[in-house]
This record gives sequence, structure tokens and C-alpha cells, in this order.
Amino acid sequence: MIYGKGLTRRAILKGSAGAAALATLGAPAIVGAQSDVIRVGHLTPRTGFLGPLGEYAVMGVTLATEEINNAGGVLGRKIELLAEDSVNPSTASTKADRMIGRDQVIAILGEISSASGLAISQVASREKVPFIQTGCNSDELRGKACNRYMFHIEGANTMYINAVGDSLKREDLVKDKKWFGLTADYAYGHDLLEVSRRYADRNGADFTQNELVPTDSTDFSPFILKIRRARPDVVISNLAGNQITNFIKQYKEYGLDFPLAGGGFDTAAAWGAGPDAFAGIWPAIWHHTLDNPTAKAFTAAFTKRWGKPPENQAWGDYLGMKILARAIAEAKSTDGDALVQHLESGAKFDVLKGREGYFRSWDHQLMNEMYSIRPKPRDKQADQWDMLLLGDPVPGPGEDLESIATIRSESACTLG
Amino acid sequence: MEELPFVLEQVVNGVVVSAYYLLIALGLSLIFSLGGIVNLAHGAFYALGAYFAVEIERYLGFGGALILSPLLVAGIGIVLERTMFQRFYRSDPILGLLLTFGLAMVIEQTIRIVWGAAPLPFQIPDFIRGQLFVGDMIFPYYRLAMLAVAALAVGGTWVLLNKTSFGRVVKAGVQNPDMVAVLGISLAPIMTAVVALGIGLAALAGVLLAPISGVHPAMGAEIITAAFVVVVIGGLGSFWGVVIAAVLVGVVRGLAIHFVPAASEASIYLLMLLVLLLRPRGLFGERIMRFE
Repeated sequence: MIYGKGLTRRAILKGSAGAAALATLGAPAIVGAQSDVIRVGHLTPRTGFLGPLGEYAVMGVTLATEEINNAGGVLGRKIELLAEDSVNPSTASTKADRMIGRDQVIAILGEISSASGLAISQVASREKVPFIQTGCNSDELRGKACNRYMFHIEGANTMYINAVGDSLKREDLVKDKKWFGLTADYAYGHDLLEVSRRYADRNGADFTQNELVPTDSTDFSPFILKIRRARPDVVISNLAGNQITNFIKQYKEYGLDFPLAGGGFDTAAAWGAGPDAFAGIWPAIWHHTLDNPTAKAFTAAFTKRWGKPPENQAWGDYLGMKILARAIAEAKSTDGDALVQHLESGAKFDVLKGREGYFRSWDHQLMNEMYSIRPKPRDKQADQWDMLLLGDPVPGPGEDLESIATIRSESACTLG
Repeated sequence: MEELPFVLEQVVNGVVVSAYYLLIALGLSLIFSLGGIVNLAHGAFYALGAYFAVEIERYLGFGGALILSPLLVAGIGIVLERTMFQRFYRSDPILGLLLTFGLAMVIEQTIRIVWGAAPLPFQIPDFIRGQLFVGDMIFPYYRLAMLAVAALAVGGTWVLLNKTSFGRVVKAGVQNPDMVAVLGISLAPIMTAVVALGIGLAALAGVLLAPISGVHPAMGAEIITAAFVVVVIGGLGSFWGVVIAAVLVGVVRGLAIHFVPAASEASIYLLMLLVLLLRPRGLFGERIMRFE
């Protein structure tokens, strides 16, 4: 999930404090001569609005690193994780530069904000170091802004919309239905709006009404009154982060009963809303109740390590480290170009789902199953984390994994 | 004008929502006007109020949380006032600003360490769910209750400041602390009480808004700017200014969402700009010697 935000007082202060710290601490570089550890950088927002997701990301990547090292490391070397708060695009870029230049990381993992992800990818591409991003949804990163050194574990907006769209079609909420959209007013929201509009046009939904919602809105009541007057068939959320939690809670507060659906979602938003307030049909890239051996093993290990089940963002960063380790082992190298070549070769990876996944060679998007989720009835919930009912995988077992992703002829990406 | 009922609905809703702005701004305005401290930690106390409420609610229900949480946070406020705030009443306002800015960061990070970064669920209590329909208009009971509590808080604070000897000393102290001291009245305990009240009100706002806007570490940073906007529009030192500013902000934002939704948050800053252009001290701002 992506969340961007204007420059705030905090951001400015943190930025300048960070710059000062950098100036004083940056000089005495601690570069152990090609030591016997493999350094991997991890950047993700750990404070601010995306902080809650970033916290899960760090837990996930830390667990993966521990597991790999406990099993003897890769190529006989241990992995050393350097994890930092990416804060915003400019700080993310500075930190990526330093991690590669000074600390000599062989790859960078993480990020949630598409804007910061773009900034890191530019540094990674210049330095020829792979960047495996785990939380940026904007189609643009796989399209116009795609690059040879960036790989996408996080699903693209198109994949999310297709996953939830499938469920909506089954409930007859698409063809000739009136959609009312609420869209987060920044890059991610606009990207998602464009993708969902395209979906509506193709499938015969009437998606003419949409309201842009500033990212710092906490009270949604005036928007809810507008929805009530418009009497739509479906309310479509293109909101982000905390906005989703707040909107769902207040929608419930006003007792409106138009079906609710959305194009982007993180489990943390549902957990934050609470079992009584959560509503609607949403897409999901992973969920801890998935019934397959590797997902169960990950959930058990994570819960043991951190005292709570993994959120989907924890899955992304855990998987990112595991995939990187596999690629190093199989390519028998930590060289950037060798890793890129291996990752885009169509190699299959266990992605803790029913089917294996692979990176598409021409846009580096991970092809894997997606799901839809909805509230689980109160009496069926096993505990406070068990609020969501997971739908069948999309695409279904017999279908091509690429059927939910962007079609090549419509992509602006010029790789491969 | 078939659009008129819609506009009217947004105006009425704006008045109800003003309870939200009033609750977050009232305590801030008190400490600002009476203590001369620009309390940037106001949002952090608001967040603490919400987090304490989540814990207390488990054992004593929402009612218990509503009463106990603000008292606990006010208690923390007393300690901070005695040990820190007190030293800054007579110094350059910028020092108090730096102090409270640091305090806000410390509290937010402490929340992160204790409760984690993920948002915590906190629901509207069962007994007050549902909506009231008036004609074609809809009002959730919870928001009406919030409006009532905000009105009570305003009324109570007004009586305290205007109808009691405590209030008279506070007001005299604002204008001329030296004269109050010459008259043999110690201002220190009075200011402690004022700060505790202001911080307690922040926590009360936190408890009341938690079921609507979520409980997460950055929740304080999220409201602090809006709270300042209300105080600035109302005018420094003016009690009713804050009340009127809160209503204005609620209504203007509602109308903005009706006509130009993307500008909804910007609208309150435009309103502030406009007010400051016409009345540099805010709507009902008083001339306070040491800020001139």
C-alpha cells in the first residue's frame, strides 16, 4: 500500500536533523574489506502514516534473515541486514545511495510509498544494484517508470482491481451498476482511480461519480452525506492507509447500506477498524489464514517470534529476502547483473500460496495469485486477528497467472 | 434551487462536526491564552487520552474510560507543568514551543514502543450506535452525544473562568502577573490547574474521537494543525472566539466538500488566511501585552 504526504513540519525537521547526522557520522566509513557477510539494505517508512505497515515489513524481513542465517546463510556467508526508515523520497534516495556506496549492500529491499520507491529505483539503476520492492502498488512503476534493476513483489493496482472485480462480478455489482468513488488525492490514489475507471468502462459499470479526498482528512461525514444523496449501487474506495480504516468506521457509524468495495487494502486497516466496523469486499495479496504448508509455517514462525500473526506487508518483505537468498544461491553470485539475469529468467519461487510465482521478464512484476476478502461473521471468528473471510484465488487454478496483470500491449514499459 | 436541501444538510452537519474542532482546540486555546505556552504537545496528549481509553475500556467500559483517561492524562500534565512548563511562562514563547515540540516527539515514540505502530481498534459503544433521522437528514447518535459533551466542556470552562474567584485570578494573572503577586496571590498552583485542565481536555477529545478517527501513534500529529487553525481564527485570549471559529471551520469544510471536494482541507486554511487579513489578531483576539 502506498501513502504519500506533503512536506510537514516533522518531515522538514527530521530531514534537516537527518542531514546533519549524515554530515557528522557519514565520514568514518565502516567498510570491512569484502568481509564474509552479505549486506542487504532494507528501506521502508517506519514513522508517519505508513509506519504501521512499515513495522510489519521490518518484522518480516528480520525473521527471514534470521531463518536464512540459522540455516547456514547463503553461499556459506551470513546475511547482514541494514534496515532504516525511508521517511520520504529524498531521504530514501540519500539512504539508498549511502547503503550502496558506503555499506556496499548487494541489494535493497522494501518500501511502501510509490514515490519513495521510484526514488530508490533510480539510485539502484544507476549503481546497478537490484531493488526488490515489496509495497508500492502504482502501475506507473511497472509501466513508464520500470527499470531493469527493479522487481515488484507487491501487486500492481491492475492486479488488485482485477482480483476484487472478479468477486464484484459474481455478486452482480458491475454491469450497468452505478459506482461512486472516493479517491485519495495523491499519486497512488490517482493511479488506482485510472485503473478502476478502465475496469468499469470495459465491464459496463457506470463510474462517473468520484470525489477526491485529501490525505489529511479524518472526518468523512460530508462525503458520506454525498454518497447517501447519490444512492449508488456500489461505493468504491480508492483510499489509502489510515483513510480506509477511518472511512469504514464512519460509513458504519452512519449506517449506510450501499455495498462497499475497494481497490487497495492492507489487513492492518481491517484490524484497526475492529470486528464490528469492518465492511465491504476488498482485494488481498496474502492473508495469514491461507491454507497451504509454507504459509502456515511462516505464520507459525512469525507469531512465535513477534507475538502476533503476520500482516500482508510482513509477507512481502519476508518473501523479498527469501527470494533474494534463493537467487544468490542459484546464481552463485552476489553481482547485481547476475542476480537481475536470474530473477528475470522466469525462475519459479515459493510465494507461500497455492501456486508458485515468477517475475515476468518484460516488466519484472511477480506473477502470483491474488484473493478477495470480506468480513467474517462474528460467531465464526477464532480470535481478534481472524476477522476476514478469504475468497478463492484469482486467477483460478486452471487459469494463466498473467490473466489479472497488465497486458503487454498496454504497458509503457520497454524492458526485455 | 433543488440543491438547497443538500447545502443545508452540509451546513447542519458542519455545526455537528464543529464539536470535533471545538474539543481539540479548547484545551490548546486555554494553555495558549492563559499560560502563554504554544503547546505543540497538545496532539500527543490527545493521543495518550485515546490509548489510555483503549486500556481502561477493557475493564471499566467506555464510561469509565471517558472519565478516568482524561484524569490520568491531566495527572501527567500536572507533573510536566511542575517540572517543565512552569519555567517557561515568562520566557520567550519560542522556548516553550521547542520544549513542547520535543515532548510531542517523546510521547509519540513512547506510544510506538509501548503499543506498537499498528492502529488499535476502538469502537463506538453499543448503547449509542444508530442514527437519528430528522426529516431527510441523518445524525448518528454518537456525534450528537459528542456535541453535547463539547457543549458541556465549553459551558463548564466558561463558568470556571468567569464565575469563580479562580477564574478572576487567572484572568488577572494573564494581564499582569506582577500585580497579582504584589497582592499576595501565588499564581503557581493556579497555572498548574489551568495546564492540567487544558491537557485533560485534550485527552477528553482523544477518548471521544478515538471511535471515529482511529487510534494510532500519529493521531496527535494529525489533528494538531487543525487545532491551531481554530485557535488562530478565534483569536488569542478569546474564549468565544474558539467556539465560533470551530463552528465556522466545520461549516466551511462541509460546504467545500459539497462544492469542491478536493479543496476541503485547504478551505480551512483559506478561511484562516482571510480572517487574518481582515483581523490580524483573529476574530475576537485580545491585545495581550507580552505577545505584542
